[in-house]
Amino acid sequence: MTAPLNISRRTFIKATALVVGGLVIAFNIPNAKRFLLPGAAPEKSGADAAKLPAPNAFLRIGTDNTITVMLAHSEMGQSIWTTLPMLIAEELDADWSKIKVEHAKAAPEYIHTAYGIQITGGSSTTWSEFDRYRQAGALTRALLVAAAAAELGVPADSLRTENGFVISGDKKISYGELAEAAAKLETPKAVTLKQPQDWKIIGKATKRLDGPEKINGTAVFGQDIHFDGLRTAMVAHAPVFGGKVKSFDASAAKKVKGVENVVQVPTGVAVIANNYWSAKQGRDALKVEWDLGANAGLDSAKMLEEYRGMAAKVGLPAAKAGDTGAALSKAAKMVEAEYVLPYLAHSPMEPLNCAVKIGADGCEIWTGTQMQGTDQQAAAKILGLKPEQVQIHTMFLGGGFGRRANPAADFVSEAVQVAKAAGVPVKTVWSREDDVKGGYYRPMFLHKAKVGLGADGMPVAWEHIEVGQSIMLGTPFEAFQIKDGVDATSVEGVADSAYLKSVPNHHVSLHTIKANIPVLWWRSVGHSHSGFAMESLIDELAHAAGKDPLEYRRALLKGHPRHLAALNLAAEKADWGKQLPKGVFRGIAVHESFGSFVAQVAEVSVNKGAVKVHRVVCAIDCGLSVNPDSLKAQMESSISFGLGAALQSEITFKDGMVQQSNFHDYKVMRMADMPKVEVHIVPSAEKMGGVGEPAVPPVAPAVTNAIFAATGKRIRTLPIGNQLA
Amino acid sequence: MITLNINGKEEKLDAPEDMPILWALRDIVHLTGTKFGCGMAQCGACTVHLDGQPIRSCVTPIAAAVGKKITTIEDIQNDKVGQAVQAAWQEVDVVQCGYCQSGQIMAATALLATNKNPTDADIDAAMSGNICRCGTYPRIRAAIHEAASKLA
Repeated sequence: MTAPLNISRRTFIKATALVVGGLVIAFNIPNAKRFLLPGAAPEKSGADAAKLPAPNAFLRIGTDNTITVMLAHSEMGQSIWTTLPMLIAEELDADWSKIKVEHAKAAPEYIHTAYGIQITGGSSTTWSEFDRYRQAGALTRALLVAAAAAELGVPADSLRTENGFVISGDKKISYGELAEAAAKLETPKAVTLKQPQDWKIIGKATKRLDGPEKINGTAVFGQDIHFDGLRTAMVAHAPVFGGKVKSFDASAAKKVKGVENVVQVPTGVAVIANNYWSAKQGRDALKVEWDLGANAGLDSAKMLEEYRGMAAKVGLPAAKAGDTGAALSKAAKMVEAEYVLPYLAHSPMEPLNCAVKIGADGCEIWTGTQMQGTDQQAAAKILGLKPEQVQIHTMFLGGGFGRRANPAADFVSEAVQVAKAAGVPVKTVWSREDDVKGGYYRPMFLHKAKVGLGADGMPVAWEHIEVGQSIMLGTPFEAFQIKDGVDATSVEGVADSAYLKSVPNHHVSLHTIKANIPVLWWRSVGHSHSGFAMESLIDELAHAAGKDPLEYRRALLKGHPRHLAALNLAAEKADWGKQLPKGVFRGIAVHESFGSFVAQVAEVSVNKGAVKVHRVVCAIDCGLSVNPDSLKAQMESSISFGLGAALQSEITFKDGMVQQSNFHDYKVMRMADMPKVEVHIVPSAEKMGGVGEPAVPPVAPAVTNAIFAATGKRIRTLPIGNQLA
Repeated sequence: MITLNINGKEEKLDAPEDMPILWALRDIVHLTGTKFGCGMAQCGACTVHLDGQPIRSCVTPIAAAVGKKITTIEDIQNDKVGQAVQAAWQEVDVVQCGYCQSGQIMAATALLATNKNPTDADIDAAMSGNICRCGTYPRIRAAIHEAASKLA
């Protein structure tokens, strides 16, 4: 097919304008020469990096045949460090062994093709870049072929490309040899992309390109940034959200060896030292008197009672059909249930950190971020700079799960404030306790549902009320995500549920709570609670109707072939309906999110109140799978993440304070609790969806539905904890 | 001044005796492969070997390492078992974000050094102190079995 280079073409041209004397996408001649002269220093992280010219656009080809792919998105475990280069390499007919990868800088050419800001999130990287990165590869290939045609004096269409070479009969010219000539050619107006049947790389399980450096300890995360003069800072935060510094006494802190300075910043008091240990000891010695402010009485148990009170009445409408009230009164049978999900911390393995160096006419930032766009703007605002004067070096992210994509740019802003106040380059580091207590949680949610069943056991009326905080309120996304007072991410997975489409009378409504607890998207966002509520409820309805949970779902999902494809594949591979070992029981769930459809069957036993999840069989329809092995890894990852939370994780508040602090009391998945995971991919040519998040929502209900099968006890509140003891 | 043997090299450090090995490695010697995750021996990201034994370097003061040998991820390829573990990690394509993997590899190497053919229960016992928020656990398990079979 011939793809018009609409938006992408503009992007390419914009990028080339930044290349002095160059023409095209990131052949980027000045850099190529700088980097490729024999003995020239490679680009490095740290203070010296600023002196080197920044690379532009999506790839550059060196005269040594290396192909460097620039990522517009951040690598945080999801393997785009490999997936995006696969797209370019496919169209470019590149030699895979010559591929190198870099995070792109923060710049307009890397704005998300769908979201309008430079961000990694929403399980969107692969589908949103599928065209742009393939076009970059195809465009580059066309230029290399044209350069070879000119050099050989043959027509371009007589040439072919393979494994990093342009080939004419028995002559071969490497891409590196053609790079400089190709850079002088005019960009073609259209390129021809390969047909799927000609793909050699896309769709093939491909090993991660970042594997070796993450195995030998050389991968550089934000936490690992070091250059001469860089200090470490730790900030003492108020013990209650919204609390302010009344006064502080730094005398003991300053006596700690290695502590250089103590400064007040808007978020607290920063202790600056020449290493982390000194900064930590200095902060422990610091005496701060806090004005705790209005939230000193915050209590999540009391909040939940308030949520229950609000759920007695309907909220603002999010979805509506028929006359739910009237239909409920005529229903043959009624099922009522309340589901409660706690606040959750993301707790990525790498605690938050951000290094900042402020110069005379700009600022450099080294951090693992999912949201360069807002971070850059926030830093610029604090320093009175233009965004382009703030250079962001995105490092490997030691996990993100949404925490490193904060529209409020909290950890970056704080680090900039610390560097500004201290007047020296500083890396601000959060402890694990700072992370667990530091907010931006998945909000606590309550779902209350009343469902009327007809004589055949199928739902005829469905009243569904949600109560919880809004993630989007007060962010730049508010205008798009909040309509008539309803945050779409609060009700996603319910208001747009496929199940409700077959229920003639339904009403979904929302009470949005305004609490002073910072909340944020947590891997799978609203689906992280709605998936549990919906798939638990469907199971309860099946039980009330006396039907098999799989058959009941199949009946309700008629007309939803992608749900059914995932559901049927998971059920088939898990031998649904067949005998299990004594004491082991199955539960099933299916949920659509981020454009993908995931079904899971969990095999669970309960022994003296202890839950053991033996195996999870997972099936996904995400459309095309670019790298089936990294897709499988994301399913395993999501099951671990969702199951760990369902079993044990919760953030609670008492007297205004977060009651958890570290991994001993904010418990997450560990090896001994991890089930076997089996992943099956639905062969699909449907629209591409995401894979980073959609396997999170089904795992909790699949497990609690299995617990019901095992014990007859319905778990309606997460975490499962010791509810069965 | 405290002298430590790190990866076979004698290093003189101007650091307080109670400084955890983790911060001496990361902030003084600048060996950053060993990671900070929790600071209280809860997550295993900081695992190094002290005379071949896996320890949590975030809670072990440098004074405890005087006269002993510290081995970190940067040097584990020079150990036969460590090399097999790293090769298995690559073969199974274990890593995701990668932040915990230095600790996982050090813990797995210590396990295989004393138990040549660990069962799943042995792996649970030896590895449950190492958290991976990306959930690479099934692949870690597979890679440990793979390394064991290569070493056999």
